Amino acid sequence: MTVARSGRPVAEVTLDALRAGRLTPDDVRIHPDTLEHQARVAEEHANPQLAANLRRAAELTGLPDARIVAIYEALRPGRSTLAGLVAIADELESVGASANATLVREAADAYESRGLLR
Amino acid sequence: MTRPIGRFRFMDEQRVNLDGFAVPDVDLGLVAFDSPNDPEPSLVIADGIVVQMDSRERADFDLLDRFIADHGLDLVGAEEAMATDDLDFARMIVDPGVPRSEVVRLAAGMTPAKLARCLARLRPAELTIALTKCRARRTPSNQAHVTNRSDDPLLLAADAATAAAFGFREIETTVPVLGDAPSNAIAVSIGAAVASPGILVQCSVEEALELEMGMRGLVSYAETVSLYGTEQIFIDGDDTPWSKAFLTSAYASRGIKMRVTSGGGSEALMGSAEGRSMFYLEARCVALARAIGSQGVQNGGIDAASVAGAVPSGVRAMMAENLMVMLRNLESCTGNDALMSESHVRRTSRTHPIFIGGTDFITSGFGSIQRYDNMFGPSQWNAEDIDDWLVMQRDWGVDGGLRPAAEPEVARLRERATAAVRDVYQVLGLADFSDEWRDQAIDAAGSKDVPAADLMTPLSASRLIRDGQVTMLDVIAALDETGYEIEAERLLAMLRARVIGDYLQTSAIFTEDMQVLSLVTDPNDYAGPGTGYQPTPDRQVEMDGIRQQRSVDDLRSEQASFASSRLASAGPADVQHDPRDVVIGVSPATGRAIWRTLCGLTVDEALAELLAGLEEEGCRGRIVRINDTIDLGLIGLTAARLAGSGIGIGLQAKGTALIHRRDLTPLANLELYSVAPTLDRAAYRQLGVNAGRHAKGSTPEPLRNPYSDEAIEARYHTTVVSLVAIERQCCAPGLPPETLALEEDGR
Repeated sequence: MTVARSGRPVAEVTLDALRAGRLTPDDVRIHPDTLEHQARVAEEHANPQLAANLRRAAELTGLPDARIVAIYEALRPGRSTLAGLVAIADELESVGASANATLVREAADAYESRGLLR
Repeated sequence: MTRPIGRFRFMDEQRVNLDGFAVPDVDLGLVAFDSPNDPEPSLVIADGIVVQMDSRERADFDLLDRFIADHGLDLVGAEEAMATDDLDFARMIVDPGVPRSEVVRLAAGMTPAKLARCLARLRPAELTIALTKCRARRTPSNQAHVTNRSDDPLLLAADAATAAAFGFREIETTVPVLGDAPSNAIAVSIGAAVASPGILVQCSVEEALELEMGMRGLVSYAETVSLYGTEQIFIDGDDTPWSKAFLTSAYASRGIKMRVTSGGGSEALMGSAEGRSMFYLEARCVALARAIGSQGVQNGGIDAASVAGAVPSGVRAMMAENLMVMLRNLESCTGNDALMSESHVRRTSRTHPIFIGGTDFITSGFGSIQRYDNMFGPSQWNAEDIDDWLVMQRDWGVDGGLRPAAEPEVARLRERATAAVRDVYQVLGLADFSDEWRDQAIDAAGSKDVPAADLMTPLSASRLIRDGQVTMLDVIAALDETGYEIEAERLLAMLRARVIGDYLQTSAIFTEDMQVLSLVTDPNDYAGPGTGYQPTPDRQVEMDGIRQQRSVDDLRSEQASFASSRLASAGPADVQHDPRDVVIGVSPATGRAIWRTLCGLTVDEALAELLAGLEEEGCRGRIVRINDTIDLGLIGLTAARLAGSGIGIGLQAKGTALIHRRDLTPLANLELYSVAPTLDRAAYRQLGVNAGRHAKGSTPEPLRNPYSDEAIEARYHTTVVSLVAIERQCCAPGLPPETLALEEDGR
């Protein structure tokens, strides 16, 4: 049985639960294990890149919305210094988001060589 | 300057000449396929790292090269893929004996330049069959735009319900005023849920705001994540492959479906195509889409469709872009959105092979609203084309994703959608709407019909939504509280779908019973005739049942509504000898089952004019029903043989008429009035006059058939088939002619 990020089984995400005031935003958010499952399905269907994306997504499920928006902003061209991007990579590493950390480090390197750092 | 001759003045005035056409210009990127500056395909791998791709060394890679080389290619299969001959691969794509999976496997190892070169070899008919074979999802679908100039929440909801009623499974909205976005997302979501479960909704705005709305559950997919084929334009778009890759993961981290958008010609439009062909640059976009892990791509020109369309083979290139997405094993939303021509012929031509081939979303999207209300700009297909689309589906027996919808049902849905939004906005304290506004929105064909709409309402509602951190759960609770339990349940099901995550897979849509159809659950299994997607019998009946179709019974009851008793039988008809006697022979159904001619006059009225015309010439008209034939020539000849003058008029109840003489063969006649729908009182009067003149032995000037450039046959031939069937039922071999009297007024 699929569970939401909160741990609530999806079958319990019902109107009755909502009426009783039992549903929180985390009850309608995807669980990282579910994303890992979907990543395996994508792999089995000849799309390892979609799988990699879903695994990066699994790592991001724990990050607050605002932090995700902020990291996205920092990755846009000319927004960050090299140190800034490295710090984000370290932060991501520290919360177990190592695939995302690798992506950000790669970006830092590419931005440096193509003149896209602040 | 001399004036062009009339033929060219006339041609210059045609709508297609409002379109712009460009002389190919390699430097400006105004070339569809195979620019001389496109690189030679190449791939060199050393120690598991791509060190050269498409003739460029790693040290010289730009951002796109690097991301594609490091993330986008199947390096294990690359050697085999790159060594495959271009034409051999092109043939594999088309060959029904080669499975899609094999084509997809090889494409994964091909660089952008290699894949571009292979696909440039395919001709249009081959592209069509390739779409049928290579799209990821077996079942085709379609997407609608629902927007309006005022961001009117009530009209958005009514139009979203309407779009869903017509079968669209995805609805894309956007805003003229950025601040209105959250209100639009909620209004469209509610409207869609009124009409159907499982409608995916997105609100296309600036990337960060779109993500925020997605996180709050206000939209269920994202699409306007733009990719470009050159580094400069990519950066001008304020993104990099890495920021886009992160954004892609961000959406997935909240269980939100996402695809990217690209399209040939956009780089040329923005002035930085690096001298490459549109198709090669698009090949880079598509490779990048796969590399960042997007499940799908919307392409096929898109906003630059008219740029791609301006160069030779540009329309073919847009279709080949769509196929390229499928070969990269991604969801293909095949454009046909931005209007690329003023010519109806040309825009239909652009879409038609894609419509026939079938794709994940044939248009992305269809402007289901008025052209003036489309805040993406007018679409290739718009509200005025919905019936055309439905008829095209029926003509070809092809599933274009839409279904007919009955007016009373759409009216009911619009009423409920506006009521639901009104109640939800009131309960959430977002806005109050007047009855007048609501009534106008229900009835409106477009926002011009809703003068009561207040432009500040969506803006203030949106501010309250953002400030109050309103989520879709709040909207659902408000729906439930105000008596819209069905819609509340439908929107909650969309949130559950995010938790389950099956719709993150390639090409996912929901059926009306919330089953996911995707590459995983509904894989395309086309392998030649008799395989692949075929509409179920129920679906075929649904598509074929357009509201305009008529049966013989429909025509019979319509005729019955014009029934009159002015024509009464007055016994058997005999041969007379008065030289002023002219017989008007009428067809078997006249006065029995057919009472109205195709031009709208009743048969009585046409007969009255004929009689009056004869009288003007001093002749006496006699009406005789010829009961044993429906052939007009024979009816006229039989009438002539009964007439003292030897002149007869033949009149079918549907209005077609001729003048006959007793010594002629049935198919020869003196004058024929063949285009019944264009006749009128004056024409029948003149026909009577001319028949009288023939009776007197003179040669009248024939009446010239009225001119019409309308598709007369298209309008009336189906009716004629039914009317002829009715005539045949009234016809009895051997039944003698009978005299009819036309009473002055028998109604």
